[in-house]
Amino acid sequence: MKSVINLAGRLTASALLTTIALQCHAVELSGQINAEHRQFASHGLQGQDKGQSSLVFQPELYWELGESSDFTFTPFYRLDSLDEERSHGDIREALYLTYWDDYEFRAGIGKVFWGVTESAHLVDVVNQTDAIESVDGEDKLGQPMVHFTSIKEWGTVDAMILPYFRERTFAGVDGRLRPTVPVSSNAVYESSREEKHIDYALRYSQMLGDWDLGLSYFQGTNRDPYYQIHGNELKPYYAQAKQVGIDIQGIVGDWLWKIESIYRDSFDNHTGVVGGFEYTIVGVFDTVWDIGLIAEYLYDSRGNNAQSVGQNDLFAGTRLALNDEDSTEILFGISQDLDNSDVYSAKLEASSRLTNHVSWTVNGWLFENETPDDLLYFARKDDFIELSLQYYF
Amino acid sequence: MKVKNSSIIKTIALTALLALSSQSFASPEKGLEIAKERKARDEGWGDSVATMQMILKNAQGESSTREMRLKSFEVANDGDKGLTIFDQPRDVKGTAFLNHSHSVEADDQWLYLPALKRVKRISSRNKSGPFMGSEFAYEDLSSFELEKYTFNHLGNQDLNGVTTYLLEQTPTDKNSGYTKQLVWLDTEHYRPLQVEFYDRKGTLLKTLKFDDYKQYLDKYWRAHTMAMVNHQTGKSTLLTTSLLDFQTGLREKDFEKNVLKRVK
Repeated sequence: MKSVINLAGRLTASALLTTIALQCHAVELSGQINAEHRQFASHGLQGQDKGQSSLVFQPELYWELGESSDFTFTPFYRLDSLDEERSHGDIREALYLTYWDDYEFRAGIGKVFWGVTESAHLVDVVNQTDAIESVDGEDKLGQPMVHFTSIKEWGTVDAMILPYFRERTFAGVDGRLRPTVPVSSNAVYESSREEKHIDYALRYSQMLGDWDLGLSYFQGTNRDPYYQIHGNELKPYYAQAKQVGIDIQGIVGDWLWKIESIYRDSFDNHTGVVGGFEYTIVGVFDTVWDIGLIAEYLYDSRGNNAQSVGQNDLFAGTRLALNDEDSTEILFGISQDLDNSDVYSAKLEASSRLTNHVSWTVNGWLFENETPDDLLYFARKDDFIELSLQYYF
Repeated sequence: MKVKNSSIIKTIALTALLALSSQSFASPEKGLEIAKERKARDEGWGDSVATMQMILKNAQGESSTREMRLKSFEVANDGDKGLTIFDQPRDVKGTAFLNHSHSVEADDQWLYLPALKRVKRISSRNKSGPFMGSEFAYEDLSSFELEKYTFNHLGNQDLNGVTTYLLEQTPTDKNSGYTKQLVWLDTEHYRPLQVEFYDRKGTLLKTLKFDDYKQYLDKYWRAHTMAMVNHQTGKSTLLTTSLLDFQTGLREKDFEKNVLKRVK
């Protein structure tokens, strides 16, 4: 019920903003509508259905407020046929931006991305993952923030105050890709201020010739929950955390070398590393195709898959870009657990354009897992293929 | 054996004769001089903002369009800086491509992916790759710099009633997709009217024709229509500029990678 009211509020707000927007000439409307279908190879371990269809609506309203200020509003809603938790809305962005001289100031709800690697994003901790959206964790929830940026010769500094915490989204009882017991929506916090704990994030980045360096610090509510069993409920536990991070990328000819590493002091302490390369072969087989070869090693000092899938894993992938008028791309990747040979996953992403307004994407995931104490053991029957049609306006 | 020998001698003689005859007409010194004049006549434009459209056609005649805005900034004694923001197709709306071209070293390039809010630095060695699926390679769109080629003046030619210098340009960068380019420059304004691109095997790959030249700031000529035809695939791309403004007040700071995150 709460979520319905929440949604009603959000829709009213967006309708209101749209009305205001229509009366203002400087507004620009764009966005996308997706129709998606996931077909699972078998029923879920708890008997969940094999088919899951969705509609996604994500408009973007953009106001130019004079020379160097603007406001962007991007609501999001997914309607899901199978999982009522996956039917969810969010405000991806409601952000005011102004800039002058070497400075930028942003306030509202926004998203930032930190990092360089492909298979995991360790240093990228400002936004919570909208985990119910996709397996790769690249979808993020809008984060309330006050964000100041200084761009100088000696480097760029980002300073953020994050006054409100967003809880990770999880599949519901009818949903797929979930633990035996669905993750409860009654989260437990370490801080008595709960989601109102004020978090901070700082980042320094600098380009040194062909090398890019980033140093980051985060202090506040850990975006990655721990899990606690309370009676028959599996509750996410959000501990406090302090984290330092480093990310480096270097270009050496056709090679891109990448590394990200964090040290996080939270409910437990750990070091995480992900590093590797992307090598591009241009114009293969006498065509205009490019083939990118990606290999990354993932390490987590806890070694027990406590929170991250990659604790001693190798990711190998290849990206084929046809460089055609439809921007056709295919990415295929495998993650292999180096401790348990029976634990691996494979993904396929293919996308292309049909018209200037319509594109398609096919995503496929395969999970192989016979190690009961592995974090992804629960997903061993969740192999699926997903077809998405996107209409962009 | 004898027959073979005599044919070799014939070949050598013919090659020598050809080399001699082309030398008597071609002149690297004159070529460089013309290229320098071309460059000199295009110095001092400062910055510009253009609205462009590309129409991509395949051999079957099917077409698709691209719309983009291009901000350019002139850098003295090095390659220029360019920021391309895409408006069409809609799935790449807001995607931005930033290029710091260099006359000798590899360019610095970044791509901004708005859905992920991610700025990706990319390896610029794929300069021979297609720009947005078009028949234009990245290197075809980069700024003209003397250091990028060695020149040879092959003589003057009449091209559709216009007197032109015919220059042979050999790329100095081994990552270029071309072994040579033939460039027709009109003798009055030193503007390129036509370019032929020869692939790594030395075969004619593409022809680019420049049209609808307009003069800006009483000095700088810009072609508003550029038609590229790929002879090997039958595909073509028409690049047209609908709006073009010079000295718009852009600064070098507007071409830093950090600004990609606020580009609209």
